Amino acid sequence: MTTKLFGERVPRVEDARLVTGNGRFLDDLGHDALEAAFVRSPHAHARILDIDVSDALDVDGLVAIYTYEDLDGRAGEHLPLLIPHPTLTHGRTQHALAAEEVNHVGEAIAMVVATSRYVAEDAAARIRVEYDFLPAVIGVEAAREAADLVHEDVPGNVAAHMVQQTGDADAAIDAAAHVLELDLEIERSASMPLEGKGVLARWDADDESLLVHTSTQTSTSVRQAIAAKLGLPVDRVEVVTPDVGGGFGVKIVHPWPEELLVPWAAIRLGRPVKWTEDRREHFVSSAHERGQLHHVRVGYDDDGVLAGLSVRFWHDNGAYIPYGLIVPIITSTQLLGPYKPGVYRVEFDSLYTNTVIVTPYRGAGRPQGCFVMERVMDAIAAERGLDRTVVRRRNFIAPDEMPYDQGLVFQDGRPLVYDSGDFPASLDKLKELVGWDDFTAYRDRARAQGRTVGIGLACYVEGTGVGPYEGGHLRVETDGTVVVSTGLTSQGQGHQTMLAQIVADELGVPFERVRVTTGDTRRFKYAVGTFASRTAVMSGSAVALTARRVREKALAIAAQALEVDATDLEVVDGHVQVKGSPSSQIDLGAVAVLSNPLRYAFDEAAARATQFAAPADPDRPPIEAGERPGLEGTEYYSPPRSTFANGMHAVVVETDADTAEIKVLRYCVVHDCGTLINPMIVEGQIHGGVAQGVGGALYERMEYAPDGQLLNASFMDFLMPYATEVPEIEIDHLVTPSPLNPLGVKGAGEAGVIPGAAAIASAIEDAEGITITRMPISPSELFELRRARKDSA
Amino acid sequence: MSDVLVEVSFSVNGAPYDLEVPARRLLSDVLRHDLLLTGTHVGCEHGVCGACTVLLDGAPVRACLIFAVSLDGSAITTTEGCRAPDGGMGPVQRAFHECHALQCGFCTPGFVTTVTDYLRHHPAPSREEAREAIAGNLCRCTGYQNIVAAVQRAAELVEGERP
Repeated sequence: MTTKLFGERVPRVEDARLVTGNGRFLDDLGHDALEAAFVRSPHAHARILDIDVSDALDVDGLVAIYTYEDLDGRAGEHLPLLIPHPTLTHGRTQHALAAEEVNHVGEAIAMVVATSRYVAEDAAARIRVEYDFLPAVIGVEAAREAADLVHEDVPGNVAAHMVQQTGDADAAIDAAAHVLELDLEIERSASMPLEGKGVLARWDADDESLLVHTSTQTSTSVRQAIAAKLGLPVDRVEVVTPDVGGGFGVKIVHPWPEELLVPWAAIRLGRPVKWTEDRREHFVSSAHERGQLHHVRVGYDDDGVLAGLSVRFWHDNGAYIPYGLIVPIITSTQLLGPYKPGVYRVEFDSLYTNTVIVTPYRGAGRPQGCFVMERVMDAIAAERGLDRTVVRRRNFIAPDEMPYDQGLVFQDGRPLVYDSGDFPASLDKLKELVGWDDFTAYRDRARAQGRTVGIGLACYVEGTGVGPYEGGHLRVETDGTVVVSTGLTSQGQGHQTMLAQIVADELGVPFERVRVTTGDTRRFKYAVGTFASRTAVMSGSAVALTARRVREKALAIAAQALEVDATDLEVVDGHVQVKGSPSSQIDLGAVAVLSNPLRYAFDEAAARATQFAAPADPDRPPIEAGERPGLEGTEYYSPPRSTFANGMHAVVVETDADTAEIKVLRYCVVHDCGTLINPMIVEGQIHGGVAQGVGGALYERMEYAPDGQLLNASFMDFLMPYATEVPEIEIDHLVTPSPLNPLGVKGAGEAGVIPGAAAIASAIEDAEGITITRMPISPSELFELRRARKDSA
Repeated sequence: MSDVLVEVSFSVNGAPYDLEVPARRLLSDVLRHDLLLTGTHVGCEHGVCGACTVLLDGAPVRACLIFAVSLDGSAITTTEGCRAPDGGMGPVQRAFHECHALQCGFCTPGFVTTVTDYLRHHPAPSREEAREAIAGNLCRCTGYQNIVAAVQRAAELVEGERP
């Protein structure tokens, strides 16, 4: 029997090329291409009065300079509003190159194409832009106050206003025995992949076709967008995703201005054109996330059980809103976590500011929601004098209440119904893992040594595997190689390995024979993209269904060849064989030959499928009605709604009495993503997520000056964690399989990051006895909180 | 206006090169775009992330902060030069594979060169020392835990390859 690979720690097939320097990232391609650089606004809010390129024209090697006025046809339109929503009444998107006004530092104004990036930047530096300055709106408070407007036709800077409620929450809160109010804030961070964006476009004038490579999370949708905006038939455009150096959300946005401009220029110039984003460009012209202010009212009984919860929050969406309301919708729904809130009401405004756009970054609104809900749980525990785990347990949805309908509409437009999960069991595991009940003794010992330590926890539920669909194509080649493709893209998650594991098991072939391609529209044209922890659920299920279909076809063809009944056959190690009589077998490659009746033999294997090679039923067509040549198939997976993963993190911190430095001593994770396909990969995803959670809790923030300059737009000043800032992560899994898909899996990609700020805030609060309401928190901020407490004492 | 070309000779992964490059051209660009050794990656262009780390006469340096013309007579090693003689994974690279110490792999070449140098001076690092050894390189995917494990695993593999 073939060794089962599903659930095994299979080493990654991606690694060999990546560690040896044979990876092919965007800037590793197109050495023959012209290179582009951009003139970007140094001002947060200004009208463009004039663009003077005359000084740039004599730069040796300059090929072209383009401004908004050059953009013909639909290329000059506003970029698409990707996800419209009825409450998004004032959606605004940018032009590929600014038309009359710039709305954030970094907005592209002119594109320079030259023989090298050095020359392109020389020329860009010589282009002079004259501005009429407008007041900059920076931060949620300024946006809310609306003394100045980002877009003059958007009153109050409000892009959208949304309310969801399950009843009269205010009445439920007013009637409750106890009421608390909290103001809670999370600051901006960003996905910040080590590889920025990049685009390479080749126009084949003879074929009238365009080949675009782009570092994206959705090649199929970039293809559609390029075809639409550049006025090309979609079948003349192909988009390929090469190796991508991390995405974490920012590369799901599309088309970025450069994804239209680079192909547009390549067509105009009739030469390949490439643009590789540099780090400063990434800081000021890609996307950020997380900045939100929240006000909470909660009512509960003597036992700490929620009666009603009302959340009002303000979301900073930056200068434009191409990705719609996904982030605040996720905050407003996923805030509820594993809890029953009583009656719930949530209301938010999505506000424009003169800053970089805000679109999903790993976690996508959940870290904020988790922070809010978990701060509420801790506040109730403190007020009631209860253990923090007790309050949480009392408010959990019970396992026998699954599936549980929270009565809201989720980000996919579907009901927020949790499919599975066992929260009390997860909490038991977490308490055991971290030693929750022994912590008091540990704290006493630490205190005796003059050390201050604290413990915290946070729980979350994460809707994963969002629709609408993904597909898979599988073909067995005549040499027995199994080629698989799925349309969504990879940014380092190990999809080639994970999907090959599924296919090898389902089809019955050795793992080494399976070759997986992702994100190449030449291979698979229908897909949505990689986001919302959806690949294992969506493409995993799709390739499993595809493999099952191809296996059935192989059995039918082999049954004819071996002259046995298909039900007596099995596929083992790449052979179709008679059950119990493995010597009677046929290789899958040979089945592939037979699946394609031939007239011409181009090699020995093909000769077996020609018309005189073997006797055939003279009264039947070589290919039966409804069948197709080739041992291949395509299937799609489209679930009714998302599947919900969950988890709980516990953190032990130590704070320094003098410097207020915060050190994470232990970080424990209990994680439930349903059935695990490759635990090594899942744990790697958790590790990476936790590191970003620690970064978001203690180090990372976008420091905007009041005039809209991003003051820390470099890795010197934006503090991403190094190895010395990330603790060892201890992981335990709980497996509650999803009933929604054929594999029982739930997404795992974003989980690690979600409860980081909440759990670390809880631990700092526990260590210091100071209420934490804002994250991230720096040593100097903790120092100030200590001083404020002293002053008020 | 046009760049003046300067002659410079150095070796990369043992192969000698005689080049004419503009004085301002970065080593990272020469390696990647002139010699087509694209294993060396550029993550920040200001010397912080470490993705472009190469070994200059055996010592780790940031290729994005060095002008190629300043390297006359030097020997440079990139991640391509850390391969096994047959072109497969060398010991440090194999350790990264075995320990799942990479995800997107963009930062990995800089870790491979850094660790290759480190193990020459510290053949048997403790876990804490291994963590310190990689503390100058940024990775956004892995959370570093498996990279720390890979440093220790690489030490074993390198030790095993000693004659």
